[in-house]
Amino acid sequence: MSRYTAVTETDRRVMLDAVGVAGIEELFADIPPALRLGRPLDLPDGLGEAEVYEQLRGLAARNSSAEDMLCFLGAGMYDSYVPAVVDMLLGRSEFLTPYTPYQPEISQGGLQVMFEYQTAICELTGMDVSNASVYEGPSAVAAAGYLAKLTNGRPRFVISRAVHPHARETLRTLSVGYGTTVEEVGLLDGVTDAGAWAAAIDDTVSAVFVAQPNFLGAIEDLEPLIAAARSHGALVVCSADPLSLGIVEAPGVLGVDVCVGEGQTLGNRLDFGGPSFGFFAVREEHLRRMPGRIAGETRDVDGRRGFVLTLQTREQHIRRERATSNICTAQALNALAGVVYLAWLGRAGLLELAELLVRRTAYAREALVAIDGVEALHEQPVVREFAISLGLRDTSSVRRVIARCAAENVQPGYALGLDYPEYRDGLLVAITEQRSRADIDRLADVLGRALAAERAAAASGGAPV
Amino acid sequence: MSVETAMQRDAAVTIFEKGAPGRRAFEPPALDVPDRPLDELIPARLRRREAARLPEISEPELVRHYVRLSRRNFDLDSGFYPLGSCTMKHNPRLHERVAALPGHARLHPLTDPARAQGALTLMWELERALAEIAGLPHVSLQPSAGSHGELAGVLLTRAYHAERGEPRRTVLTPDTAHGTNPATVTMAGYEVVKVGTDERGGVDIDDLRAKADADVACLMLTNPNTLGLFDVNIEEIARIVHGVGAIVYYDGANLNAVMGISRPGDMGFDVVHFNLHKSFTQPHGGGGPGAGPIAVSEQLEPYLPRPVIVRHGGAEGNGSAVEFDLDYDRPRSIGRLRGFHGNFGCLVRSYAYIRSLGAAGLRDVSETAVLNANYLLARLRALGVCELLPPAYERLCMHEFVLSGAPMKQQLGIRTLDLAKRLLDFGYHPPTVYFPLLVDEALLIEPTETETRETLDAFAEALAEILREAREDPEIARAAPYSTPVRRLDEAAAAKHPVLRQAL
Repeated sequence: MSRYTAVTETDRRVMLDAVGVAGIEELFADIPPALRLGRPLDLPDGLGEAEVYEQLRGLAARNSSAEDMLCFLGAGMYDSYVPAVVDMLLGRSEFLTPYTPYQPEISQGGLQVMFEYQTAICELTGMDVSNASVYEGPSAVAAAGYLAKLTNGRPRFVISRAVHPHARETLRTLSVGYGTTVEEVGLLDGVTDAGAWAAAIDDTVSAVFVAQPNFLGAIEDLEPLIAAARSHGALVVCSADPLSLGIVEAPGVLGVDVCVGEGQTLGNRLDFGGPSFGFFAVREEHLRRMPGRIAGETRDVDGRRGFVLTLQTREQHIRRERATSNICTAQALNALAGVVYLAWLGRAGLLELAELLVRRTAYAREALVAIDGVEALHEQPVVREFAISLGLRDTSSVRRVIARCAAENVQPGYALGLDYPEYRDGLLVAITEQRSRADIDRLADVLGRALAAERAAAASGGAPV
Repeated sequence: MSVETAMQRDAAVTIFEKGAPGRRAFEPPALDVPDRPLDELIPARLRRREAARLPEISEPELVRHYVRLSRRNFDLDSGFYPLGSCTMKHNPRLHERVAALPGHARLHPLTDPARAQGALTLMWELERALAEIAGLPHVSLQPSAGSHGELAGVLLTRAYHAERGEPRRTVLTPDTAHGTNPATVTMAGYEVVKVGTDERGGVDIDDLRAKADADVACLMLTNPNTLGLFDVNIEEIARIVHGVGAIVYYDGANLNAVMGISRPGDMGFDVVHFNLHKSFTQPHGGGGPGAGPIAVSEQLEPYLPRPVIVRHGGAEGNGSAVEFDLDYDRPRSIGRLRGFHGNFGCLVRSYAYIRSLGAAGLRDVSETAVLNANYLLARLRALGVCELLPPAYERLCMHEFVLSGAPMKQQLGIRTLDLAKRLLDFGYHPPTVYFPLLVDEALLIEPTETETRETLDAFAEALAEILREAREDPEIARAAPYSTPVRRLDEAAAAKHPVLRQAL
């Protein structure tokens, strides 16, 4: 007996008798002897609850989190504030511990949450319909690619190089299976090069992919990009930052076919990259090719309003090899955090938060560009993230500068050169509502000194720190 | 009607129908930077013209709304949840506590690995533990759920064959397979070839031999399978599939039956996916999150999703100050399957579980899961339930078993669905119904190891009682449930005229 099982010696005797076997090992008689392990697993011995807590606390203490450092890292996940009501509601057994709502009569809470979530995502993105969540942002982009493949079967995808590098790579990984090629279109002054974009698209293109704002923080002018794709009948997929949609025009209003994105910033923790949720919303005409769960409204036999999982003939458990996706378990609890967060922000709050971010980000951009040697990497309008060039010769130098800042408990941002060789001295800086003007001033001070120290070390030919 | 029932029976009102203009829960931080006109910062033509119509609601209303909704859910902490194939075992609250430690919860995924050594240590040790449990040497923690792990596994298979210059076309799946298996096969660009089931509930060996040819990339198999039976021919199955140069894939949904007892790698499997939200008790959250790590053999290791966690230092160290690092330089990798490093928060919980139980505890889990399932089946036999709901296969089962409601339907005029709905009135989550597909009126029951004998006894009595009741008046079950927040819902209407969002 371990602490999560409850079979006493008496229970065991009674139960084995009832089954009609002499011992536990008889229950495993079907396993050929050669395939039985015959030794204990080579794992450390089990520990009591307090000891496990202490071990995990020790491991957690070896990480420098946004609790310990002033965090200006973004690049897809943000140190946004998670309201206490989110923690409280997600901790409720009734939301935390059920399975997928296969029995709607006893799952109305979860199903209604999905319905409300779908409503909120439609409002945010301007799309007609949303599913109840997919895994996370980059795989949502890849899932949109599969929808396009099922829709028109054309052989090419065209993706802006300003879409998140993880999303571009995930799309490549998955499209290898069904044989669609992925071609990238480069950037001009921080946004997708509209000329190259139009030139890359013809009638063989299944779908095009763009991000709003893009990975460099820049707001894309979507209209010409969408028009170029639509004139050739290619689907338009936009990966959007949901919080930025408080102030940037909704992609659905501009006519994209699929709007997806990473939902972490909406009430989800950083958690070293997951779990969070991906949102996935489409124009009505694509509804029956959507992946994943969808909640719909209906009535019970007494005429009471209720909710069910619907359009399940798209899904793997019904349609099997002809399903529109293999997804089963998604991110229901994280999507709950998302809708609670959006309701907590509210109609006015979303706009106010976005405006605050825009103004603080503008302030931060000016403060950093004022540092000797630092330049804006692009001049495009931004919401909550921006890119600068540090005036260094390579990405290793940038990483050393980041390490110098970290020694003063500041995470200044992400070294763009790790993903973009063409921006080898680039730094991507994110602002959240938890970063005050004083924090930004501190960043400017620490980064300025770190850069000066790095340049001094380089000039003296000294060993890198 | 009790107060609680009255609350549960409230007419459903969505949060978009509550509140009033001007109400709010959120107050933004004060503007501490220059109040520049927006037009200077973002041109009006790029800005949103119409605000998203989000709720306008106070925090107290918000809390009440979702607490009331929560009460319209059944959950594992409230009662028995024998949902076959889903392994609804107790979720220790310790795991929530350790996952919420700020060093985990507020750790940015792009933190310099030198400052995330705790997280990378945890991931490395979890990889080693899963490798030991699977009996396969290499692990990737990146896949987000079981089906994501399946896709990773089949794409690895594709990369393996491609590198050998063998563009194979098909993947074999038994007719008992989870729906995710054939769906994955299609997404990975292969064709499904179904393999039959023999009279004992295992893979039909003759059928497998006939279909295993040089076009086969892979066989996907669950063992114990979805009938709750261990395939006694597993060695022969692996031999046949390996004999045509194909890969043998293990769907780990049913691993809970064999932890520390028999290892997929030793059975001959080349790839395994784990459902951490099943065997390793990550709470299911009403439909996720989960995590679906994969373990693979030496020959498939080069293709694992990138990045992989590497360990420096020790005797073979390279002098780096960083013990654990992320290696992106993996030219033969299939590439990423998602952003960042996987569902780390889920990994923390499963790590805590493995540390809590150790080798002896994990073995106890599987032994008890199998004992509980066989005991429940024995109770159902003793109570006469199996006269109307016979086991699909008259054998000892592993951690779950399948009954067929066909005789019940014929003799009492109630279907498996009716039985399931009537169970709701008895305070139970019903077992999985109508799966696996090859059993008529199937009922797939998985009690898990965390239930007491008393709970199993009571559940068996409830099934017997429902059958007794149905013998007298089948209409009671046919019209059930009665005590739930809503009664049977019109699913056909929902699909025919989809209403998928609140109209505003």
